[in-house]
Amino acid sequence: MFRQASRLLARTTALTRSRAFSSEVPATPAVDSTFIDSWKKVIPNMEPPSTPSSFMVTRPQTPTSIPSKLTVNFVLPYASELSAKEVDMVIIPATTGQMGVLPGHVPTIAELKPGVLSVHEGNETKKYFLSSGFAFIHANSVADIIAVEAVPVDHIDPNLVQKGLAEFTQKLSSATTDLEKAEAQIGVDVHSALNSALTG
Amino acid sequence: MAMAALRREGRRFATPLLSPRPISVFRPSLISEEDGPTGVRNISTQVVRNRMKSVRNIQKITKAMKMVAASKLRSIQTRAENSRGLWQPFTALLGDTPSIDVKKNVIVTISSDKGLCGGINSTSVKISKAVQKLTSGPEKETKFVILGEKAKAQLVRDSKKDIEIIITELQKNPLNYSQVSVLADDILKNVEFDALRIVFNKFQSVVSFLPTVATVLSPEVVERESESGGKIGDLDAYEIEGGETKGEILQNLAEFQFSCVMFNAVLENACSEQGARMSAMDNSSRNAGEMLDRLTLTYNRTRQASITTELIEIISGASALEG
Repeated sequence: MFRQASRLLARTTALTRSRAFSSEVPATPAVDSTFIDSWKKVIPNMEPPSTPSSFMVTRPQTPTSIPSKLTVNFVLPYASELSAKEVDMVIIPATTGQMGVLPGHVPTIAELKPGVLSVHEGNETKKYFLSSGFAFIHANSVADIIAVEAVPVDHIDPNLVQKGLAEFTQKLSSATTDLEKAEAQIGVDVHSALNSALTG
Repeated sequence: MAMAALRREGRRFATPLLSPRPISVFRPSLISEEDGPTGVRNISTQVVRNRMKSVRNIQKITKAMKMVAASKLRSIQTRAENSRGLWQPFTALLGDTPSIDVKKNVIVTISSDKGLCGGINSTSVKISKAVQKLTSGPEKETKFVILGEKAKAQLVRDSKKDIEIIITELQKNPLNYSQVSVLADDILKNVEFDALRIVFNKFQSVVSFLPTVATVLSPEVVERESESGGKIGDLDAYEIEGGETKGEILQNLAEFQFSCVMFNAVLENACSEQGARMSAMDNSSRNAGEMLDRLTLTYNRTRQASITTELIEIISGASALEG
């Protein structure tokens, strides 16, 4: 009996979905009402669980004119380096090369390669070396940069970088299996990026 | 009669020197009465004393467990709060679609390995079963991936055939992102899914834990939804930088999203576990304290009753002598 009910519900939600969310403004955190309704029908005794949308931090609306500043959220698994910081420009190391992002940038999803992220605010620039990650630039001039690891460039030790580069190049030449080759190649890529970060 | 009184008096001095006899199993009452060597009544407080000793020990142990949980909570709470920014960009981009209708659902239930942490594991399991009911239907299948011993014990009983992967001993080493990403990789490689629903307890405060369901969609479903113009309708508006095809980027994105959401979920659940354990152990030590108070009253009453009985016997014996 419940299976049929959920099938009917699924059909109705599919039909009403586009109508229900056509007016949804991405600025306010909304609770998914269809989920709550379908939950209440199938499982009436339990409170429906919360969903991430109820814990979202409010995001600014898409403005009509290009704003003057870019809002940057730079997050790592163990910390939020920059959260909603207003800056002039960021340069991100996308896989297609260094990409500069200014306020009013076209919405983009960019995959990042190990490289330097520089945040320009007024006259000062902060540089971080990132391991890979993703960057989302939204229409409301909010840039989300998610990386797995990031260090400020002045914390990098050049001797260790040279040593690592030599070690991984040697591993690459002596690698036998595909897996070893891939791992060694990744090591070489990261260390050479570190190298260029220190010099460039 | 005087001889009897003297004899009784003699015994009065003798019995305090005798050590109390062990209680016989056939009289398990709290106030135990035993016959002395010549039939004198002697109410023993031994049973109550033993009970008080064990309750006091339990109180000490639960207090210690609460302290340990509190210190563990402190350290893991900062990490969980720092990781909260990690899943927000993904939800901002792809939206949150728990009501999505797909064929293959995989429910990832996160629970603890150790017990004595209140009701959070049962709540997670109840919600997982409810989500399974919600997402079940003709031509649809729902599978489970279980993290943690406690959920395994409960889910293995009813849904053994639906369980794909069981992972235990997650917190043997302190939680870190590399460990969780390896786990996520494992799950993604071995399980086919259209939507992953991660069920965990979100840590709101030391006394409140909210069961939460986070949804991660597979790249094919994301494409389908963005084309059909559902909640993720404006994904098409985004330019894709890097990679050869949009599909490849979406694949990487989905995998990254899953590992980030998992990391946050695992940390939040660990926080909730410590918080729940703290309050469970706190209640336990408080109950033990109350029980101890009641037992102390009983102990004092029995002790005073036995002293009173002795006094009565002495005095009546003495008055019998005089009279």
